[in-house]
Amino acid sequence: MMDEAELRRLSAGHILCGLAVVVSLGVPPFLFEDFSLLGSHLTWLCVCSACVITVNVLLLLTLKPNPSTKRSSFTHKVNKLYRTCLYFFVSCLLFHGIIVLYGAPLVESVGETFLFAVLLSSFTTSRCLCILGPNFHAWIRVFSKDGAMSVWDHSLQITTFCSIVGAWLGAFPIPLDWDRPWQVWPISCSLGATFGYVAGLLLAPFWIYWNRKRLTYKSR
Amino acid sequence: MRRAPLLLYLTWLSVSFYSGIWLFTSGFLLMRIELNNQSRCSEPPSPAPHRQAAPCWFPQRFHKAVIVIIDALKYDFAKYNPANNNPKPYENKLGIIHQLTTSQPQHARLYPFRADPPTTTMQRIKGFTTGSLPTFVDVGSNFASYAIQEDNLIHQMIQNGKRVVFMGDDTWDGLFPKKFYKSFFFPSFNVKDLHTVDDGILQHLYPTVDGGDWDVVIAHFLGVDHCGHKHGPDHAETAKKLTQMNQVISTLIDHLDDQTLLVVAGDHGMTDTGDHGGDSEKEVTAALFLYSKAPLFADQLQTDPPAVPQVNLVPSLSLLLGIPIPYSNLGAIIDDLFGFPRDKLTAQLSKTSAYHLNAQQDYFSTGNVLLIYPYKVARYLDSYSRAAGDLPADKLRVLADRFSSLTAEYEQLMAHQEQQSEEELEAHLQMIIQGLRSYLDQAREVCMESWARFHPLHMIMGCIILLTSCFLCYIIAEAGSASTLPYKYLLGYPLLFSISATAMLGLAIWMSVVELDLVTVCAAATIVYQMSFYFNFRTRKGSEMSWRKRPIYLILSGPWVVLLVRCCSLFSDSYVVAEANVAPFLLTSLLTVTVVKLHWDSKLMLPTFNPLGNESLKPSLTPTYRKDGSRLLGLLAALGLCVRLSGLFHNCREETPDCQPSSFLSPLSSVRDPDIKNFSYLCCIVCLGFIVFFIRKWLQHYGNLNSSSPLVLYVRWGFPLIVLGIACYWALSSGTEDSLAKLRELTHLALVVSPRAIYALAALGLLLILWNPITIFMKSRASDEDNTVTTYHGAPGSAAELQHVIPQIYRKMQRTLKSRLQHGGVGEDGKKGTAVEAYGLGSVYSAAMVITISILTLVLIMLHSERLTPAFLLLLLEAFIILHIHGHVANLYSDGVELFSVPWYAVLAWSLAASQHFYSTGHQPVFPAIHWNSAFVGFQDGHTNNIIPALMVAANTFSASILFSAGSCLLLLWPFLCEAPTARRKKGKKESREGDTEDHDMPMMEMRLREDPDRFSVALLQLGTKYLFIQGVQLLSCVCAAMILRRHLMVWKVFAPKFLFEGLGFVVSSLFLLLGIALVLRVDCAVSNWFKRLIVQQNR
Repeated sequence: MMDEAELRRLSAGHILCGLAVVVSLGVPPFLFEDFSLLGSHLTWLCVCSACVITVNVLLLLTLKPNPSTKRSSFTHKVNKLYRTCLYFFVSCLLFHGIIVLYGAPLVESVGETFLFAVLLSSFTTSRCLCILGPNFHAWIRVFSKDGAMSVWDHSLQITTFCSIVGAWLGAFPIPLDWDRPWQVWPISCSLGATFGYVAGLLLAPFWIYWNRKRLTYKSR
Repeated sequence: MRRAPLLLYLTWLSVSFYSGIWLFTSGFLLMRIELNNQSRCSEPPSPAPHRQAAPCWFPQRFHKAVIVIIDALKYDFAKYNPANNNPKPYENKLGIIHQLTTSQPQHARLYPFRADPPTTTMQRIKGFTTGSLPTFVDVGSNFASYAIQEDNLIHQMIQNGKRVVFMGDDTWDGLFPKKFYKSFFFPSFNVKDLHTVDDGILQHLYPTVDGGDWDVVIAHFLGVDHCGHKHGPDHAETAKKLTQMNQVISTLIDHLDDQTLLVVAGDHGMTDTGDHGGDSEKEVTAALFLYSKAPLFADQLQTDPPAVPQVNLVPSLSLLLGIPIPYSNLGAIIDDLFGFPRDKLTAQLSKTSAYHLNAQQDYFSTGNVLLIYPYKVARYLDSYSRAAGDLPADKLRVLADRFSSLTAEYEQLMAHQEQQSEEELEAHLQMIIQGLRSYLDQAREVCMESWARFHPLHMIMGCIILLTSCFLCYIIAEAGSASTLPYKYLLGYPLLFSISATAMLGLAIWMSVVELDLVTVCAAATIVYQMSFYFNFRTRKGSEMSWRKRPIYLILSGPWVVLLVRCCSLFSDSYVVAEANVAPFLLTSLLTVTVVKLHWDSKLMLPTFNPLGNESLKPSLTPTYRKDGSRLLGLLAALGLCVRLSGLFHNCREETPDCQPSSFLSPLSSVRDPDIKNFSYLCCIVCLGFIVFFIRKWLQHYGNLNSSSPLVLYVRWGFPLIVLGIACYWALSSGTEDSLAKLRELTHLALVVSPRAIYALAALGLLLILWNPITIFMKSRASDEDNTVTTYHGAPGSAAELQHVIPQIYRKMQRTLKSRLQHGGVGEDGKKGTAVEAYGLGSVYSAAMVITISILTLVLIMLHSERLTPAFLLLLLEAFIILHIHGHVANLYSDGVELFSVPWYAVLAWSLAASQHFYSTGHQPVFPAIHWNSAFVGFQDGHTNNIIPALMVAANTFSASILFSAGSCLLLLWPFLCEAPTARRKKGKKESREGDTEDHDMPMMEMRLREDPDRFSVALLQLGTKYLFIQGVQLLSCVCAAMILRRHLMVWKVFAPKFLFEGLGFVVSSLFLLLGIALVLRVDCAVSNWFKRLIVQQNR
């Protein structure tokens, strides 16, 4: 059956992750002059990605969602760290490519597009890396119908789905002729992704709690 | 297999859509035909009594005029009410008008100015320059620009030596290109910008007026209208703008002399929200203010002046300025202006003659002129009613009678002028004036009836018919897996009912019991058909067919969300403008979701993997994946690339001023640099070669290129020939200027001959396909049981594979066919008789389809600009990728059973790709973006009739729809083709183990379809209805958008053209869908015959 304690840890982790986004909105005005979400969006993108990644790493170190039974050597750890960074970078590039294929401008505002890709990666890939480690097969397993084996896997499914759907929905206001500052690429998409991410963070514990009868995980 | 009912059924569905479109169009799209006749000074419509005094129709009163158009100047804005102590922002702002009308009542007057719908600026400008009732589509001789072709005020002014200076809204530049003596245009597009146009005008207005180098100054201010759109009338900005206009008018008056007439007019009004376009009272009541320093009006007006129809300005202004009234004018004159000079009788006389002049002008236009004035040239609407015939004949006759009696009376009066006393004469004249005035009013009324009014009933009924047709398609598409549809109940009886209803209606019309036009009859027949269909369907639902009910949450599944987004997007003008980006976005999303869903459903893993039983983090137990996973990802990436690259060939519309149309759209001959020219030419030829090469490769892969039937020979030799012809044609057409004078005639000849030769070749190819679509190569050999065991381990796709695998297909076919045909003892005979190898049997349907598509593509490429060839290559590649993804997904989800039903996502992706490629072949749903050049490919000297060029332009415009809908049957066929490799792989494994092959391991490919003819027929029907449903739903949302948003600012620029293109596109798609299905049926027929012949041969 469900592990109540695990769920509590998960909720705490999610609240911290959500706080990371809040911090990225609340703190920079004290650090930078004339910072605003819309006006200096690129700065915010960097700050938000950095916050989210930091919190994810902290969570990995404190909560240990995926304790490894094997003892690992130092070189193994370095190797793992190296692969994690590589995966993250590749995922940024991949997201960039996908976004361009979806219609983002190719040459102009490359910086914006790439930072948006970094934001998306930090919402999705960095969580995957922290929870599952740089293990591609595990990723593939988690993102299938019966693949989740812990509350963390479920939360991963939900937040990733919500972030990407949020980013997708964020593209819809762009063609409208309202002339609002947030319709500029990639603001609406990054805001959509952020909303989706936060919504996913909030939703996941409730959803898991709601379906606790249905979800049974084999003990590891 | 029931072929005829299937086709008939789809035809009927399409027809019911057509009748819905037609009905809606008749209510929404008001059409009028433009005539090019022009009035001339030397040809007055009648020997006017003032002829001797006037150089041109009527004595000139003013030499100069300043016409100030204030866009959206409502009567409420101009009217000044001194008693109003608490005015709203838009009230009592134009004090100068009030001051002048009260202090100089003979010099100034303010009228309500009734605009005719549609109250959009462009239509209104047309209205008060031509004096006609412009509709949305004024069918003129030239679609490509908005320029006014009809006779108009500006034209007449220029013809008669007036120097016309224009400043303001650049819409006029489009309507009167290069007509003005001097002009200062300012962009009107940005509705949010309140000041650019007005400030620009003010810079030039006073200097121009003072400069004296002009006869007529026209200034079109846009600020008030933009204010209305941005803030609404009830806003402080409007007050500011109106105050500015007040200032403008009063300053302007100081700059005028007594020979000048000042006209201040609003082109339309606005609603309380600041919109316009429709026909509500607030939108049509604009203001008209006339002023001159010389006395203008004979008498003072006691009450508020009556409303002046907008068309009346044209004849009044023309006669005051001494120029002819434009030919297509429908307006009367403004009475008060012709009451001067004071002498009452003369006044009456001049008024009458002005009236008569005008009426006659109008009359000649309206009626059957030959009855009364046989010597006159038939004028405006006589020509019009001949050209179009949409004015009701009986009403025209009444008008003609009325006018003839009035004319007779007037002439009699003129003849006996001296014998009568002044009072009598005046009374008579008064009567005649009354008569003429009411005549003109009626004439206008008749024209308005047919040109300027929406018919809400028609529109709503059209929508309802479209809706029910869509629903009908949906029912059939989801009608379960019924192996046979009860055509008798769903097609036969309803058809019978509707035909009999039509016959009865026809009888009633013939016996003149009721009066109905053809549209209504057609719609009635459709409604009867659909009602009886639904009735039959309801009563037999339980017994013979079940409608697969879906749970409601499936609305949230991928394809439905995408379809919903797509339909909603058609309701927003910005989305319609941005559709070239929206459709690819949705297409990519849809296919990505499909593939991700496939992974989510664990279909990409091999079935041995059970995630619940494994500690999957251990690398040793990682699941194994099918190869399809990476292949599908590769296909998705390729699709994204294709979609993105095809965006290079986009065209622009005027709503997006920053957009630069792709340079590939211009013909190659316009390229100056010879190196670039040669390079582009080479690239195009290479692309063309690639297309042909890929198609041949594909056919070869499936073994359809081995036989020696005429069709295969055509593919082998005809395709390269066509490519050669196209290359020749392009080389000649892009380099004609450089050719020597001697060769010019030769090149000209070649320019005509080579495209025609290609048309002929293409037609030959299509005929060959119809005649014998079979591309099977047969090889008989002695029966040798041991030899039939194929142990094949070569590389896939090699020639050896073809030699081995495809022959196997036949054997199973042979056996099943024999058992079905029940030949005595055939089962035994077959084994002993000769075995037959048939190459390409498994892809015989698709081969015919692919050949047809490629012929069509080659012809369509020729109709486009040379450098769009890569776009077509991308189109074919994208279609191929979609088909492949669909084939893989279908085979992964099912094992043969479900293949017969094409899933919704595939059909939706297909239709999205069609709309995407409409844009990526350089089109936009606006009239100026149509590629008119395509009408002259192979017809350098123009055409003698209108049908061929219309067809060619339509083929060019809807080329993506044509290719995708003709190819939609491939959606059904492709999964069967993709079945082959997987089945083979399994077989390979088995063989290596057992060393023996069973018959049922053979890839059956498309022969599965033949095995189950009833389900094949139902599958085709369901595919057709699904495609029609998706197209129909998109059409329906366009129609609803046009209907609901008919007051929208953008309706005539965005929604109405979009509806027109979508409607025409639907007609083209459904036609080619039918043709595609008919082709598949033809192939099926031929394959049946082929088998029969084979059996007969075997039995001999």
